[in-house]
Parts: sequence; C-alpha cells; structure tokens
Amino acid sequence: MEMLQSFFLSITGMSVESFFQHLSNGISLGSLYALIAIGYTMVYGILRLINFAHGDIFMISIYSVFYGVAVFAIPWPVAVVLSIVITVFLGISIEKTAYRPLRNSSKISILISAIGVSFFLQNLATVVFGGRPKAYPVPEFFSRIYNFSGISITSVTFFIPIMTIFFLFVLLNFINHTKTGMAMRAVSRDYEASRLMAIDVDFIIMLTFGIGSALAAIGGIMWGLKYPQISPFMGVIPGLKCFIAAVIGGIGNIKGAVLGGFMLGIGEILIVAFLPSMTGYRDAFAFVLLILILLVKPQGLLGENVSEKV
Amino acid sequence: MLKTKDVTVQFGGLTALSKLNIEVEENQIVGLIGPNGAGKTTAFNVITGVYKPTSGKVYFEDNDISGKKPNEITKCGIARTFQNIRLFKDLTVLENIQIAEHLRIKSSLPSAILGFSSYKNEEKEMHERAISLLEEVGLLDNIKDKASSLPYGKQRKLEIARALATRPKLLLLDEPAAGMNQSETMQFISFIEELKRKHKISVLMIEHHMQLVMGICEKIWVLDYGKEIAKGLPKEVQGNKAVIEAYLGVD
Amino acid sequence: MKNRQDMLYRVFFIGLLFLSLFYLQKTMDSYAVRIINLCGIYIILALGLNLINGFTGLFSLGHAGFMAIGAYTSAILTMPENVKVVNFFMKPMNGFLVEANAPFVVALVIAMIVSGLIALLIGIPALRLRDDYLAIATLGFSEIIRVVFTNTYSVTNGALGLKMIPTFTNIWWSWGSAVLVILFMFSFSKSSFGRAVKAIREDEVAAEAMGIDLFKTKLLAFVIGSAFAGLGGALLGNLIGTIDPALFRFTLTFNILLIVVIGGMGSISGSVIAAVIVTVMMEALRFLDESVKIGGYIIEGIPGLRMVVFSLILMIVVIFYSEGLMGKKELSIDSLKEFGKSVKARKIHHRAQQKDVKKNA
Repeated sequence: MEMLQSFFLSITGMSVESFFQHLSNGISLGSLYALIAIGYTMVYGILRLINFAHGDIFMISIYSVFYGVAVFAIPWPVAVVLSIVITVFLGISIEKTAYRPLRNSSKISILISAIGVSFFLQNLATVVFGGRPKAYPVPEFFSRIYNFSGISITSVTFFIPIMTIFFLFVLLNFINHTKTGMAMRAVSRDYEASRLMAIDVDFIIMLTFGIGSALAAIGGIMWGLKYPQISPFMGVIPGLKCFIAAVIGGIGNIKGAVLGGFMLGIGEILIVAFLPSMTGYRDAFAFVLLILILLVKPQGLLGENVSEKV
Repeated sequence: MLKTKDVTVQFGGLTALSKLNIEVEENQIVGLIGPNGAGKTTAFNVITGVYKPTSGKVYFEDNDISGKKPNEITKCGIARTFQNIRLFKDLTVLENIQIAEHLRIKSSLPSAILGFSSYKNEEKEMHERAISLLEEVGLLDNIKDKASSLPYGKQRKLEIARALATRPKLLLLDEPAAGMNQSETMQFISFIEELKRKHKISVLMIEHHMQLVMGICEKIWVLDYGKEIAKGLPKEVQGNKAVIEAYLGVD
Repeated sequence: MKNRQDMLYRVFFIGLLFLSLFYLQKTMDSYAVRIINLCGIYIILALGLNLINGFTGLFSLGHAGFMAIGAYTSAILTMPENVKVVNFFMKPMNGFLVEANAPFVVALVIAMIVSGLIALLIGIPALRLRDDYLAIATLGFSEIIRVVFTNTYSVTNGALGLKMIPTFTNIWWSWGSAVLVILFMFSFSKSSFGRAVKAIREDEVAAEAMGIDLFKTKLLAFVIGSAFAGLGGALLGNLIGTIDPALFRFTLTFNILLIVVIGGMGSISGSVIAAVIVTVMMEALRFLDESVKIGGYIIEGIPGLRMVVFSLILMIVVIFYSEGLMGKKELSIDSLKEFGKSVKARKIHHRAQQKDVKKNA
C-alpha cells in the first residue's frame, strides 16, 4: 500500500490523499457546471439559440439568496425556495420579452438580443447590488469538515453531487416518461411538425426556459456554498464555460451536457492540481477543449449530425 | 457529356437514389421525371456536389466530378436552378446576375480596390454580359429592382439568367415551369429552345408538366423511389406501363 | 461626366472634413480632441466588424482579441527601449522584442498584418462552423488571446500591462486611417468581391451553386475585418498610452457590435454615423455612472447605469428597428441628390395643392 502511494507521489508529484481531494472538488465543480449546462442545451435544442443570459440568471439566483438572508433576514431554506421562484420567473420573462418577438427573425438578431439581455442583467446587478464582491451566506451545516484517511472534505463537496444526481434523475424521468416531456422532445426534434401536431409550442418553450432556469438556480444556490464570494459579473465565465460544456457533450442532448459539465469541472481542477504553473490559464482550458471538439467532432461527443435540406 | 455511373445516395437508413445511370449528350435536352419524392432533386444535388454519392461516380466531360464542391463543379460548367427559387432576395436583379459572373474573374482584389484599368475593363465586360442576358430573358426594365420584388414568373426567369451567367455547358433546371399555364408553357418551350441554340448548351430538366417534357425533351429518364424505371424517347416513355403505374398508383 | 463630378464631390467632402477636424483640434480642449480621435478609431473598428458580420453574414465575436493583438504589436514596436525596460520590471522582456522598433506608420501596418495572420490561423478551422458555433468559437479565441496575454509576462508584461506608450495618435492618424478604411469599404462593396460576400450573406447555398468559393471568400472577409480591428487597436493603444489585457474583454466587442447594429448591418455610412453617435453618447452618458452637479444639487451616479442604458438600446434596436439607421443602404452623393429632389418635388406639389385649395375656396 505504502509502495503504491509513494509510486503515485513520484509520478504525479502529488500524494494520493491530495489527488482524491482535488478529484472530489472536481466532481463538485463538474456537478455545478452540469446543472447550468443543461439549461443551455435545452434552450438550444428547442430554439437553436445560445442563451447568453443564462449565466447571468445564475448570478441573479445567487444574489436572491444573499439578499433574502443577509438583507431581509429570511431563513435560508425559505430564501432558497424564493430564489428558485424568482429565477424561474426571470427566465420566462426574458424569453417572452427578448426572444419571442425575434423568433422569426435572423439567427443573428436573436443572438444579439441575448447578448443585450446578458449585459443588461450584469450591469443592472451592478447598479442595484453594487460592484463590490459580497459574501454569500453559508449555513453551518455545509461547512462541516469530514476527515477520513488523511483526506478532509467539506460536507458541501458531498452535498452538491448528491443533489445534482437527484435533480438529474427527476429531470430525465420527466423528459422520458411524461407526456409533457415527450412534447418537449418532439419540439426539440422538429419545431414545425410539433406545431402541426397541436402541441402548444409556446408553452413548451416557456417550460423549457423555466426548467433550465430552475436548474441554474439550484446550481447557483450550491455554487455560493462552495465559492462564497459573489459579484455581479460572476456569471460570465461560468456561463461561457457551461455553454462550452454543453457543446462538448453534444448540444441539445441533456446527458451530453452533464458529461460535458463533469469533463470540464474535473479537467479544470486536475490540470491546475498537476500543473500549478498553468493556474493562470485555467479559464482557457475550457476554450481549448471547445476548439478541439469543434474541429474534431462538431456535433459533440454524444451529439448527432444535422444537415440542411436543399 | 454528363454521365452518372451507378450513383447511390443513402442517408442513414434511407436510400434516396439507387444505382442511377443518367447520360446527357452535347446540345441535348433531357428530362428527368417521376412522382414526388422519387429522388429527382437528390439527383441534381449529387450532380452539383451538394451531396456526396454513397457509391458510384459522376463524370462530366470524362472528368470524375463525384464529391467535388458545388462551386468547383459550377466552374467546370454545370449550373442549376432551385425548386424553391433561391435568388439573392435583397440584392438587385443586376447584382444577382453579376454575382454569377464572379467565378470567372481574373483580376485580383487589390486591383479591384485600387481601380486598375484591368479590373475596370473586366467589370465593364461583366456588366455588358449581364445586360445582354437580362435582355434575353426580358428583365432589362427591372434591372434596378430588388429580386424579391419581382413577380413569380420573372423570378424564375431571373434564376435561369443567373445560372446562364456562369457560362455553363450544362444547365440543370429544377421544375422551371412550376405554376405556369398552357400558353406560358408553350412560350417557355420556345424560350428554352432559343437558349439552347444561342448558348450552345445542354439542358437537364426536372419537370411535372408533361406537355413541356414531351414537347421539348429529346430523351427522358423516369425515376420512382430512387430507381430508374424507364428511359428513352418521349413516345416510348409515354406508353411505358411502369411509368403510368408509378404516376397513377397501382391497386 | 458623372464619374468626374462624383469624384469632385468626394474630394470636396474629404477636404471639408479635414479642415473642420483641423479647426476642432486647434480650438477644443484635450478631452474633446480625445473623443474626436476615439470616434475615428471606432469608425475603423465598426467597419471591420461590419465587413464580417454585416456584409458577409458571419457572426464573429472575436473583435476584441484582434484589437489586443494590434494594440500590443504597435505598442511594442513604438515604445523606446528604455521605456520597455522600465515597464518590464517583474520579468524582463524577450530580448528580440526589446530591440524591435519601427516608425509609427510601419508599426500600424505590421499591427494589421499580424492581426490578419492570426485571423487567418483562427479562420481556417473556425469558419467551417455555422453561425452560432462560429460566434462561440471566435469568442473563445478572443478569450484565449486575452488569457495568453495576461500570462506571458516576457512578451506582454502580463496583467501589469504596458504604460507610457508613445501617444502618436492624433486626428490625422485616426481620421486619416478612418477615411482610408471608408474608401476601401466603398470600393470593396461596389466590386465583384463585395457582391460575392453579400451573396454569401443572402443565400450561402445559392452562392456556392453560382461558383463562389464559400470558404475562401469568408476567410477573405474575416481576415480583412480582423486586420481593421488590429489597426483600430493599435491606434487606440497609441492614443490612450496604457493598455492591459483587461481592456480587451468581451465588453469591447459588445460596444462595437452595438455600433454596427444601430448603424445597420451592411451599411458603411450607417457604421460611420453610428460610430460617432455612440462614441459621443458613451462619453456623454458617463455622468450616469458618476456624480453630477446640477445647480446646487449633486445627483449621485450609479456605476453600471450607463451600460444598462446601452444594453437596453441594443435590445430595442434589434427587436423593433432591426434595420438600424440605414439598413443595407448607403448615404451616397446620388442618394443625397435624390433626397434633395424629393424635398423639392414635395414643396412644388404642396404649393400646387395650396393653389388648388385657394382656387376652389
């Protein structure tokens, strides 16, 4: 046993305990990325739209909890529920005001609108919340540290993947085993045909945004537990990374988004762990992966080819 | 001039074309007919490079053009129109034609930007050729109109003129007479014959208007479910049992 | 002859422009002059992005990255050796780069070439992707460039940025370049090459069927547009005197995108007009972010409010006025003549109507 451990240490420059610590962090981060990536992939699957504002919705959910607890002194669980409600409402409103009017316009127009919404939210948050970073309220339950065989892990690091798996399970069941879920899959497959089949496409789209936003909110609520420093622009980079995760896994494919999220989260943490000199390039990792995937398999790891009819 | 050899096109599990063997000779007008979904437009797409044949080859003037990119094939001398008219909507009639002349341009970008006389002369030639084409199809008055503002019939003519501007040897027309009535179809027949004579081209035509097909095509291929079910002179095809069944359906 | 006459009009306008700029430079304070310079630079940046997004119909979000490349290239080539040594106090600069030096005009040209080359490298893989993927890929490249610049201390001085860059950019450089770019764009738009990119924008499939090499043409537009971004970045660096990687975030691309959308994607004159308007408004609305004294009262500004207003404007324009100011049309001498004629015609018609009314009364 000892031999294996020193062997590992000599090759990687890292002890087995450290490795597992990093790995568990990576899995936590990956879970968070997965939750947010699902929102991107679902919206893209139905509307072929990159919802640039998704990362900023995630940011709003975090601030909602902060305001609930720190400013209005609401108990944490209540603030969490409220945050999800607010975020869902926000996501649906954005669809209605900024995306629906452009549904028949060029792709570029709707993308520009999405960028506009994103910037709007970031700067509105700066105006309302102030640009200086704030501290997210972390209930004591989540800061407990567990030790075993030399590894110390906070309870949060367990909590996040467990919750993520739970919600994933619920979501996949909904998509695959309910009538509404089937309607969502249909609209994602063929927008026009779904309308002809008397599916209320507007409702399905609203539902998609709602679910995506809810998941982003859950991701955000848990993100704050692990990374308690919050600022109005905190959604930008994770948002971008999570879209990339969705692309890597196969855009439009929920399982792909999860796969991409985990790949990105674990990869990012391990790269910095094994090569500390690359810490500055941490954010670039996602982009490099993106470029590679787009060059090698643009439809993503689990995605399928779609061609245009001439 | 054009020869497809056992061309098969498959999309996943669906076989759109199966062992297609079409031939078009110089200065010939050939028809490609068949019920909807028979694979006619797919055949066009394979010939023009939009699709790669899953197996089989396409030869043009004894050169293998299978799988080449559409713009390369156009440069070789094959031009086409589209079933759903794909004009450059927001551009003018004149610009639509001029764009189709771009592929033969010899001047470089810097000479164009700096206004060298070599470029100016080429531009003048291209302009004159465009004008004469528009005159031929009767669109000279609409020269400054937006392509999308033209009535349907004129849009079809513009698309044909645009394809001609690439100076093809073979012209592929996808349902050019769609929506035309009797007299228009008759005019169209003489129009195509004039084109063939003046530009010395061959024409391969997908059509549903039997009057047009029988009236102008020298040879006809019939497709159904991606396979060739008949070929020959118009009279032969007209009487062919399999063809009649394909169109009317069999009990 | 018509062409002669138009040429004379053009020379006249350009001459008038430079006379007014010269006058403004002499009479206005340095703050206003800086804004005038910025306007010129943003015209260049907007036209570059318009060429790619508006004329060709691609969707590139990488503009800021190419600006960074241009800015750093020009800064490194124009900074004298001793200034470089002072800047790179954390980690010494790469020897070759310390010695590299060139006169401003050469630095600008090299900045354009380097940006263009990087655009070529990025474009070859990226342009195979369709619209939204291209957007993310170019955004990704832009971010990679920024991250690389932030971390390679021996070349760019990393996060510390470069200070004391010689402020060579004045009205002649910024607006002179702008005029050249404008002339290039008009010339390009009228040419067969310009028609080819517009064809791609209108219908890619049809364009390819008419013999246009999609890949080469897209690449051409992308490289030229990004080279212009490099030029703008270079002029910017030598205007402000300090640059650092944080300056070239996505926000910068957003601002230029805003200009192009407001002006009309596909209109050169639209980009020019919008660039001036937006640049001035960006400065004018600065008060939203800072405190302002009106009468005896101090109204507190809120940081970020300015961008809130601008993002709202962007969304309103794209949702309700998708054509922007000019759509795909151009302000030309002909169109101004037409406008003048129509005003005249309306006046005559109006007067005739009034005469009729009087007669019948």
